[in-house]
Parts: sequence; structure tokens; C-alpha cells
Amino acid sequence: MKRVYVHEEWCLGCHLCEYNCAFANSGLSDMVKALKNQKITPRIHVEEGGKIHYAVSCRHCEDPMCIKGCISGAMTKDKDGTVTINHDKCVGCLSCMLLCPYGCITTDENETVLKCELCLKNSCGAPACVQGCPNRAIVYEEAEV
Amino acid sequence: MMKYVIIGNGPAAVSCIDGIRSVDKNSSINVISKEAHPAYFRPLISYYLEGKSKAENIYCRDEDFYEKNGCETVIGEATALDQDNKTVTLKSGDSIVYDKLCICTGSSPFVPPMKGLETVENQYTFLTIDDSFAIEKAITKDSRVLIIGAGLIGLKCAEGLRDRVQSVTVCDLAPRVLSSILDDECAAIVQKHLEDCGISFSLSDTAERFEGNLAFMKNGGAIPFDVLVPALGVRPNIGFFKEAGGECGRAIVVDNAMQTSIENVYAAGDCVEQYDISFGEKRIMALLPNANIGGYTAGVNMAGGETSFDNAVPMNSIGFWGLHMMTAGTYANDGGARMIEEKGENFVKRFFIKDNKLIGFIIIGDVKSAGIYTNLVRNQTDLSELDFDSLIKNPNLLPFSEKNRRKTLGGVV
Amino acid sequence: MAINFLLPEFEVERSDYRCIRCRVCERQCANQVHRYDPDADVMLSDETKCVDCQRCVCLCPTHALKIKKNEAAFRTNANWKQNTILEIYKQANTGGVLLSSMGNPEPFPVYWDKILINASQVTNPSIDPLREPMETRVFLGKKPHEIERDENGAIKTELPPQIELELPVMFSAMSYGSISYNAHKSLATAAEALGICYNTGEGGLHEDFYRYGKNTIVQVASGRFGVYKDYLEAGAAIEIKMGQGAKPGIGGHLPGAKVGEDISKTRMIPEGSDAISPAPHHDIYSIEDLRQLVFSLKEATEYQKPVIVKVAAVHNIAAIASGIARSGADIIAIDGFRGGTGAAPTRIRDNVGIPIELALAAVDKRLRDEGIRQNVSLVVGGSVRSASDIVKAIALGADACYIATSALLALGCHLCRTCQSGKCNWGIATQDPELVKRLNPETGKERLVNLLTAWKHEIKEMMGLMGINSIEALRGNRLMLRGVGLNEKELEILGISHAGE
Repeated sequence: MKRVYVHEEWCLGCHLCEYNCAFANSGLSDMVKALKNQKITPRIHVEEGGKIHYAVSCRHCEDPMCIKGCISGAMTKDKDGTVTINHDKCVGCLSCMLLCPYGCITTDENETVLKCELCLKNSCGAPACVQGCPNRAIVYEEAEV
Repeated sequence: MMKYVIIGNGPAAVSCIDGIRSVDKNSSINVISKEAHPAYFRPLISYYLEGKSKAENIYCRDEDFYEKNGCETVIGEATALDQDNKTVTLKSGDSIVYDKLCICTGSSPFVPPMKGLETVENQYTFLTIDDSFAIEKAITKDSRVLIIGAGLIGLKCAEGLRDRVQSVTVCDLAPRVLSSILDDECAAIVQKHLEDCGISFSLSDTAERFEGNLAFMKNGGAIPFDVLVPALGVRPNIGFFKEAGGECGRAIVVDNAMQTSIENVYAAGDCVEQYDISFGEKRIMALLPNANIGGYTAGVNMAGGETSFDNAVPMNSIGFWGLHMMTAGTYANDGGARMIEEKGENFVKRFFIKDNKLIGFIIIGDVKSAGIYTNLVRNQTDLSELDFDSLIKNPNLLPFSEKNRRKTLGGVV
Repeated sequence: MAINFLLPEFEVERSDYRCIRCRVCERQCANQVHRYDPDADVMLSDETKCVDCQRCVCLCPTHALKIKKNEAAFRTNANWKQNTILEIYKQANTGGVLLSSMGNPEPFPVYWDKILINASQVTNPSIDPLREPMETRVFLGKKPHEIERDENGAIKTELPPQIELELPVMFSAMSYGSISYNAHKSLATAAEALGICYNTGEGGLHEDFYRYGKNTIVQVASGRFGVYKDYLEAGAAIEIKMGQGAKPGIGGHLPGAKVGEDISKTRMIPEGSDAISPAPHHDIYSIEDLRQLVFSLKEATEYQKPVIVKVAAVHNIAAIASGIARSGADIIAIDGFRGGTGAAPTRIRDNVGIPIELALAAVDKRLRDEGIRQNVSLVVGGSVRSASDIVKAIALGADACYIATSALLALGCHLCRTCQSGKCNWGIATQDPELVKRLNPETGKERLVNLLTAWKHEIKEMMGLMGINSIEALRGNRLMLRGVGLNEKELEILGISHAGE
């Protein structure tokens, strides 16, 4: 399946992916309106230390632990392999957060569980983090593995 | 063609069906279900009461799951197992022949004898969705609920009911809440939070006898109530297996293939005990992820595939009104483990390290990205390979090798 | 701190409505212009550090930023212009030679812009490059005076070694050191994809880039950095650098701070040592000496590689070129006074040398007049900015053009002209690994290939409209050019008529 991959050697740590993600999932058409004075809760996050930077988002694992641990059936894998979350079912127990080996599950200020769904559910249609990456550090491509 | 039989119909059972079907698409599968519901997520029963889960959303699989997978479901309860003739006898007297059997019977509430309990009209255990439905019928906005037991089930029940009744009181003989999980300090944080959220506690105290809607407490007081929920623990449903001569500890003993001591008989879910790599011994790990993985593993192996569940550890995440706590592995300070603690105003993190491996942790409050710790426990990662100190404060992938990240994040083989 | 008398050159204009405090500008500015103040929840700017590289402007996701010329002004004075005054302050502050980068920005005439191209109408047909074959391939090198054939009519003459280019463009010399590894990789991979050549400059050839050898011109300059047998044999041709348009007559200086492990290895000098290229080649004081070096290099490479001699366009360039054409060199490269550089003394960059258009016309005419034009190919550079500049250069007599500034622009350069600081925010003129990684060579290559693919289309279209289907037929075809607004002397040197004539 096509996944979002991050190439650490090209990641500049600019954090634009986080803002593009938050904007893409805001449902609003203007970034200023969407993000001005907001604490953003993006589904991708940049980790950094010294001169190392890289973005992390859901790996859409072959055998996702988040699904194994989900107590409500909210977390599922669709037929294309995308791991998605059904907020009607999610009860916010955070078992997925306990089980995700990459730290890719997050919550917003209302404790809604958030994860990367490849922008398939929002108006972007393709991952906003990839579209907005200034250095092609984040790519959306067929798995090489 | 094989004849697969699964006793029980919870998450372990449906995962077992998935496991079987990943190998064998055609043979018949019989599911013996005690409850007249398709498999549902048991932890949701409190969320149902709370209103977070709708009754139609609690099921583990789509409506047509059994049909699509060619399963025949029988409502009934297994009472005997004949390993020589490979048959399971039901309470109804019917018997079912199997080639491969998987026991996913889960557990049942354990209510010890209490004086005058029979005089309580509205008393409900809390383990099934039918229990939730019954409690829902019994309560009104003015109900006073008394829960005996401040363990997970009792507290989740308290959470589920708070907004729907006048008062919820929880009593427990132990001096603290979640006594099997938390020590005094952590328990105090949780208790305070729950009290702030409107739950009353009567700890180091329990109901000794009942007279109708009045519980007489050990310490001399009396608590009036309208609905009583005894939540004192569960016992695995293993009677028929034990009688058939199967090896049991506190539950059915299985190996990493989820096979029991009886040939062609497998087991998974809350009714088994298996090797906990963090603990170094077999024990019950009655938690959903293990039921799912165990059930699937059993299914694959039953159908002739080969897979093993060889990194089982207990893993649990619960929250009460915004206060989350997570545990994994072995997080008691015994057996020579070294504890590292990280504390802040609103959180406690404790890590237990033995032989340079993280064998378990407990986190209250700051649970962000805790899965990174869980992974260390499950993989028994050698901590000398990474900067664990920096992980304690901030769980991230930085302390892992660049090569590792290139593989996981960059898709580079 | 004493008053330094300087004004910030630029102003950071930030729309507070648009700014979402994402702090991308802060993270991306190597000059540390932007800063977030958490107490006031506001982004602040230290404009004295701004070089107008536009990195923040390009990355700001809400387009909240503008970098503008600071309007604060000294009293107007046509003689003592603000910049003149500021330069005096700077020198009074430091006592140093003023340094600048990239090409001469002063308002000297750009002759390309005063030359117009002819088109076919009625009496001869134009050619549609989309329908008919159109040849842009060129071969650079010495061409034989005449062709000898044997009794069967087969050609006996041996052709001296040539550089084959799919279009008459090469990336001119930029050393690894003056530009980054990733910039070099972008140029090398693009040259390979385009079927042209790039040039190592004086910095030697990084071991990773030997694989692009057939698209590489290796340079031998006065410092002789990184020169050894394998290096000479690695390329498609060898270039002896005598001079550079941006700073004719002086050498170069790569500060020791930029000589890290990789550069030290590539240049074959100790890590941390200054890499100083002397002003002259210490073994060349005459055409005869040059001839010795040309043939030494040919000898070393068994006469398999054409040798280029690169000189800056200076006053008596025609005579110099005539000498070079007799030195055994196969190609003469002439670099005009608007050519770029990673660092040059400002006074030299802005006041030394002559325009490439005039130099080219003068050299081509001189070599023709002397009957030695076929001894050499002519490559010109020093601000070739577009496909039309190339077409005009070819028509004035060039065989090919060298481009560098255009290539860097394609890679993201915004001509802030502060390469000498080593803090290039675009990852081009820097060796800081944090900045170098900003140029993903995959993107770099793509952009260079895009640029030259577009130029190739444009060159073909312009050839087609002149009714010419081969670049060879355009070379020296000055009838295709007319001048506008040029005086008689200029027209005479350029060898073209005025528009309307």
C-alpha cells in the first residue's frame, strides 16, 4: 500500500508538516482562520535532538497493535490497508496509545483520539504533510518493504 | 475437512475464527456461546452505561461475520469435555464432536457468601452487557448505588453510573483503590481524582451483612442504597476442562502456541494463563490485546498453520474522566527490579528495570506515546543500546538507532 | 558597543493577522533574524541580520511575511549614494576589504538586452520544431582544417577529442567548498540526465562523483587542489582556469573553517587549513608556459581529453584568445564581468573586466581574421540568463555557453549575494550540514533538468523561426542579430547592424 515515509536525512525540522496536518484536518478553508491562536494537535509530529530531525506519523502497520488493543472496535484497517479510527465507537481508553510502538496516537484538547488517516477522510484527499514538505523529506509512496 | 469447535464467543473466539480462516477457508466452525449476543467488547459495558457506546456499536465484528466465515453458533454452555471421543457436552445434554477445540470461556463474577445478601432486591454483578441492561432498568435518577470492590470493574461501573444516579459509593476491604494494580501513592492520586468527580469511597471497610437496602459495614456504619453491585473479582470458567484432566493453575495452562495439555485442545482469552515474559512465569493476563493475539494464534495453529505468541505481557490502559493510567509488564517492586521514578505535578511514571531490560511500567497522568515503553517491554530490548534516561522524560524514537528509524519511518529495508 | 553607523538594509514586514506563530521562519533563518517571545506571544525580528534571502518568505505557510528594502534613508545625494556611504562606514568599522558574492549588480549595460533576433517571413520558411527534426547537439574541441580521404573516399583525418553536448550549455565551474555537496550532486546528476557537462571548479572531485565522469569537466587552477592522475582521467575534459569573470587577476580563498573532513579529502589539503589559490599560476608567465601545461595535461591523459583554457573577459581579450588558440588548447572559455562567485572583493567584482557580449564578438572576429577559429571552440559565460541569451551568444560566434548563476537560481538561490558568510539558507553556498540538507539533490536535479529542458524547447523555437534547423548553422550567424540603442562603436565591435538596417 501507499504509505507516508519520512526520510530523516532530508527532514529540516521546520515543523510545517504539523501545521499542514492540523490545517488539513480542521475542516476550514483558510489556514489563518484554522490555526490562529490555536494549540495544534497534529497527527504527525516532529521529533528532534541536536541535529537530528524527523517526522513521525502512523506507519499503518501490517499487523497493527493499536487494533489488537482497541477495546471498542473503533480502530480498524480498511481494505487498502489504512488504519482508521471511528469516533462514533471510540471511548477514549487510549489502549491504542499504550500499544503503538511509534508514539503515533495523540489526543486533542477534548480527549478525542487522533491518528494519521492519510488525509483520506478530509478534503485534502492526499496527505497534506507530504504535499507541504519543502524538502521532500516526507513522501507518499508504495511500500518498498 | 476439519471440524473446529470454539467454546465461548468473545474477542478471543472471533480472533480464533480469523486465525482459522487465515489458513483453512472451508472447514466447519461451531461456536458455542453462553450469551445470546454476537461477540462484543466486554469493556464497553461501562461505556454503554455512561452513554459513550451505543448498544449497536459494541460488537467485535460486522453483523454478517459468522455467516461470512461459515460459523454455526449454538447458544449453550459447555459442561463436559471428553478428550478420548473428542466431544463437548452442553448443559442441554447435546454433545458436539470436534477435531480441534478452542476454549474461550472467559470468566465469571465471583461473589463470596455474604450474610443477608439474598434480602437485597436490586443486586447485579457487572460483567456482561445483559448486566448493564439490567442495571440500567433498575436505576433512576434518585438511585443510590453501592459498589463492593474498588477494583477495575467496580470503578468502571462507578464511572458508568455517576451521571445517571444520585450517588455512587464504593467500598473495599483494601485500604486503597485498584489495590491489585496501584501502590498507596498512585492509588491516592486516582482516589482523589475520582472523589473530585463525585464518587464516594469507604475503604478499609466492606459490607458484612445486608438487610434489604441497608448494608452494615465492618467498621460499624451502615450505608443505605437502592442498587448493589458486588464487584469483588472474577474466576475463569474452567470447570469442565479441569474435570477432563486438563492442566490448570488458576486458569487453563497454555504454551506459546496456545495449546493446552490436552491434545487438539487450545485456549485463549481470560480463561488462560500463559508465560509472561516480563514476569518469567505463567500467569493470567486477562486483557483484550492478549485475548485478540492469543485467539488468533490458537486459530492459526488449530488449522495447521504455525505461529506463536511468545511475547505476552499484561498491558492495560484505563482512564476515569480524563485521568489516564497505563501499565504494562511487571510493575511491582519485587524480584530484584530497580525502579526509576519520574514525577510531576500531575503525573507519576515508574519504570522497573531488571537485567538491563524494562520489565514493566506504570504511568498515571502523562501517558503520551507510552507505546514506546510497551514496545521495550514486549521486545525485551537491551537498554544499554539506547539512552533510556532521555526516554523517561520524553518517549520518542530519538534514542533508537538511525538505522532503526530509517527502516521504520523511511521504509528503507 | 560603539555605534556602527549602519542601517538595516531590509525590513521584515509581518502580518500579525496572518502569523500563526508556527515559528517556521525562526527555525529556517540561519541568520537568526526571527525570534518568538513566549511572554508576549509574538514573533520579533532582528532586521540588522537579514540578508533578504527570502527563505522565510517562501516557507511561511500563511504568507505572513514580506522582506522589503528598508526605506529609512540618508539625505539624497546623487554622488554620495546611500550604499556608497554605508560601504565607507563598514570599512571604517572593520578596516577590511569589502567582500561580496555572485555577479556584478551595478547598472552596466546588458548587451544581450540590446540585441534582437531575426525571424523568417514570407521569403523563407520558418520551421516548426514540433514537426521537424531540429539539432541542438554540439561538439566542442579542435576541428581539423581540412578533411583527408583515402582512395575509397573514407575519411582519413583523425578528429581530435571532443566534448559532446545535447544542447550548447554547460554548468560552469563551482567548486565543492564554494557550494555544497548536495548542490554538486544536483549539478552532476542533472548534467548526466541532460547529456551535458558540469564543472568541478578548483575543489577537486568528491569520490562519490567519479561515476558522473563523462559529464564532468575537471578543473586545474592555480592552487592545483585535488589534482592527480585519476582526477584528470575522470572527466570528459580538463579545464585550466587562468581567470574568473567576477574577480579577474586575483586568486581565491576558502577559509579553513569550511575545510571539513570531506573537503579536505577532496582538495587533498589538511583539514582546517585555508585553501588559497594564488592570483597567477606560478608556472605560467607566457603563452609558451601555458602551452607547457596544456601539453603536460594532454600527455598525462594520453591525448584523450580536450583541454579548455578559461580566462576572464578583460580589455585585450582578443589578443589573449589568439595566443591561447595557438597554445594547443582545444577550447577557450571566456567569463564575462557579470559572472558569479562565492566570494570576491566588492571593488574588484564591480569594477574589473568587460561585458561578455563584447569579448565574445571581439574574440570570434579575431580568430576568424587570423584563420585559427577552427583551432578552438569558444564557450562563453558570465551571466547567460535565458534561452535567448544563448541564441544570441551562438549567433555572435560562441559554440556553447557556461551557466552557473541561472543554475543556482534553479536550485533555489535568491541572489542575496552573501555566499561569503557560509550561511546560505538555501543549502547551496554552505558547508554547514544543517543547511546543506535543505537542498535535496533529487529536487535539485529535477529543477535543473526542467530549466534546461524548457530552454532547449525555446532554443529550438527560436532556431525554427529563423529557418535554422541546426545549431551549427546559427553559430557566428550575426546576420540574425540587430542592435537597438547601441552606438556605432558598439555595433562595430559586436559585428551587427542596427535594427532597421
